[in-house]
Amino acid sequence: MTATIYDTPDEALDGVSDGARVMVGGFVSASSPTNLIFALKRRGTRNLTVMATNIGFGDRLDELCEDRQIAKAIASFAVRASSARASRFEEQYRTGEVELELVPQGTLAERIRAGGAGIGGFLTRTGVGTQVAEGKDVLSWQGEEWLLERPLRADVAILKAHRADRLGNLCYRMAGRNFNAVMATAADLVVVEVEEIVETGELAPNEIHTPAVYVDRIVRCDPVEVRWDGR
Amino acid sequence: MAAEHKPRLTRELVAMRVAQELAPGSTVNLGVGMPTLVAAFAPPDANILLQSENGILGYGGFSEEAYDQDLVNAGGQPITLNPGASFFDSAASFAMIRGGHIDTAVLGGLQVSERGDLANWSVPERGGGSIGGAMDLAVGARRLIVAMEHTTKDGRPRILRECTYPLTARGCVDLIVTDLAVVEVGPEGLMLREVAPGWAPGEVVTLTDAPLTVPRGVPEMEL
Repeated sequence: MTATIYDTPDEALDGVSDGARVMVGGFVSASSPTNLIFALKRRGTRNLTVMATNIGFGDRLDELCEDRQIAKAIASFAVRASSARASRFEEQYRTGEVELELVPQGTLAERIRAGGAGIGGFLTRTGVGTQVAEGKDVLSWQGEEWLLERPLRADVAILKAHRADRLGNLCYRMAGRNFNAVMATAADLVVVEVEEIVETGELAPNEIHTPAVYVDRIVRCDPVEVRWDGR
Repeated sequence: MAAEHKPRLTRELVAMRVAQELAPGSTVNLGVGMPTLVAAFAPPDANILLQSENGILGYGGFSEEAYDQDLVNAGGQPITLNPGASFFDSAASFAMIRGGHIDTAVLGGLQVSERGDLANWSVPERGGGSIGGAMDLAVGARRLIVAMEHTTKDGRPRILRECTYPLTARGCVDLIVTDLAVVEVGPEGLMLREVAPGWAPGEVVTLTDAPLTVPRGVPEMEL
């Protein structure tokens, strides 16, 4: 099915309702879907569960905490070891207003990959013997202990790519593939902001990073500057 | 002069000593903090391939050019690319890490136990902390070097019989490089391999909680 092209990021999020589980692509500054984050803020969608590698490290996802739109985050970077430069998310986490599931980054990526690939779970050594293992099944195999990790899926993924064609094929720029390319496979509705939309056929088949089958909606936006503020 | 007031290695000198451990042609992941500094001391002719968890293999140094927000390492610093560099997604990046394709990872540390358990992501009394890619690197890299300060700011040992902070992984550390010493983790426990210039093995033992085997003639680090 051909992707639908939207005029504005706000319209591209039509149908995303309160309580949605939202995957947010990007690695802090790299290929962050900041226009779609801003649109989510303007639309005032609430009680969100967000899944992202980071929240509150200079990314603009933290701004959804201004009006307390986030109920829960599933992330690998969310709270600093020092409270010297606390994000809004971190302040709300410390007062118990938001829930956090802290996930090792590789486990987060693989859970999303599993969710997108129809895999019901996987075994990993990451997290064995740590807090991450609490409440999870530990299996013995080949003389080692492994954690059983479950897949993650979302109602909607908001992503950023560099270019799209009208069919919905995506190309990323530099280190922009990160979580974007993985999350594109694991949500019921995949919404992508891109810097340029070209005619179908203009992207070379071998240069397409995310095939169009995964992409539902595209919106062209100028990228927003994002800067890390350290760890 | 009391041992605790003697000069210790700077972060740069610790990074310089760690860099000596990187085998030519090896693939290396550098964690944030002190490990990041190691990149500057890797010999340029050693053809070290640096991996960044956000999906980069073959980055060079830190970029002096205009900031490009799509080209940053896992610590958010703008970087350059070496010829032959490649990009990939986060699932592929951690498959690389968890699949044993990284020869050496260098991570920061808060505590290391005598069995090589590592705690490096959370200080309970301060609350919080984030796991990031540390747990994956700790179990996935073929060799794990921890670069850290030998003691806390108030002088308490960081090399302990048992870690008291939340663990990153059990039994994962191969070598500890601190501002006082190089300590190897082996099946028999911890072995003092080198001391910082001006430090005696006995002084390092005093500032280490875990039992430390001291062989004859422990040399000073060559920096």
